[in-house]
Amino acid sequence: MSTETKTTQHQPADPVKKINRRWTRSGGRPRPSSNFELFSWYFFRISGVLLLFFALLHLLIMHLINNVDVITYQFIAERWASPLWRTYDLLLLVLALTHGLNGVRVLIYDYIHARGWRTFAISVLYTVGILFLLLGAQVILTFQPQLQNVAPK
Amino acid sequence: MATQVTLKILRYDPEKDKKAHFETYEVEADPLDRILDVLNTVKWYKDGSLTYRRSCAHGVCGSDAMRINGRNRLACKVLVRDVGGDTGKKIQIEPMLGFKILRDLVVDMDPFFEKYKSIKPYLINYEDAPASSERLQSAEDREIFDETTKCILCGACSGSCPPYWSNQDFIGPAAIVNAHRFIFDSRDQGSDERLAILGQGEGVFRCRTVYNCTDACPRDIPVTKAIEQIRRAMLYNR
Ligand code: SF4
Ligand code: FES
Repeated sequence: MSTETKTTQHQPADPVKKINRRWTRSGGRPRPSSNFELFSWYFFRISGVLLLFFALLHLLIMHLINNVDVITYQFIAERWASPLWRTYDLLLLVLALTHGLNGVRVLIYDYIHARGWRTFAISVLYTVGILFLLLGAQVILTFQPQLQNVAPK
Repeated sequence: MATQVTLKILRYDPEKDKKAHFETYEVEADPLDRILDVLNTVKWYKDGSLTYRRSCAHGVCGSDAMRINGRNRLACKVLVRDVGGDTGKKIQIEPMLGFKILRDLVVDMDPFFEKYKSIKPYLINYEDAPASSERLQSAEDREIFDETTKCILCGACSGSCPPYWSNQDFIGPAAIVNAHRFIFDSRDQGSDERLAILGQGEGVFRCRTVYNCTDACPRDIPVTKAIEQIRRAMLYNR
């Protein structure tokens, strides 16, 4: 043992406990001790980059290569006959929706400070978000292409 | 070479005024005078009730951060000619946004220093220093946090930050800069505690990379970059 360095018995403070520390006098809200904010921030960057690819390709196919007037029931039915395009559209739906919801969540935290209103706004946001997610996913996943039955124009 | 300079100053006296209001002053000034000199001229020769903070007058103490033509600056570091005061342009001077006005250009800095203290702005090391020497650090390790050691706690960055204006709980760039100074110090052992504090809802993730703080800092600290480095440290060091 070196005689030069004495190590005292301090225990590093528990970082999770420190989470509840307040720095303003404006009344407290319990803070989640998770990495949620970090995850949300990171997810923003990743989903943003992915969306750039997914959304641009979507626009390219649905609006530039194929004009709007060729996009009919038949067109969609043929497209969704392939599980690849269903997966693509499902991913686009999930990414765009969660990316957007995350953005609105951040806005709510920036501008709504009253505890009750904030909880209300966040609840509405999550309800609407989950509803849209379910509706969209339901269409994409359960759609049965009925190519024959489409009446010709 | 004295010229006429027009100042438009936001005045507020809590004992008399219900609301802050602008008042205009015409004074003589040299293009090379600092805004602080011009304020002094107003206070000493025109209106002794004008109130503002200043101490060192040389950009060291950080007490005279204010909003000059819409941008947070130290009054002692901006010259009349920098803001076109010598060419007849009005110079508009307001207290910083995001703080409660106590009187005229003096704002309540208490919440600001509360936030500063909350990130533990002191060396944390749970081992005693070697008895025969100091805690040593290589020049390279010192370089890592060099920029953020320069902060003078003037508040110009926090007072220029839109998330800080809109949310009084946001810890603000100045506190983050001072956390950065210790988080990246090789001699410090408190990084985990500080990262945990800054990882909360009102910590670094309230930053929207507006870059106003970087523009405002009189010490040219790359504030936004420091915030980004802390986020990355959180991501990679988990
Ligand atoms: S980082 Fe710059 S602007 Fe912010 S308090 Fe420190 S010196 Fe002032
Ligand atoms: S008076 Fe000290 S920084 Fe301006």
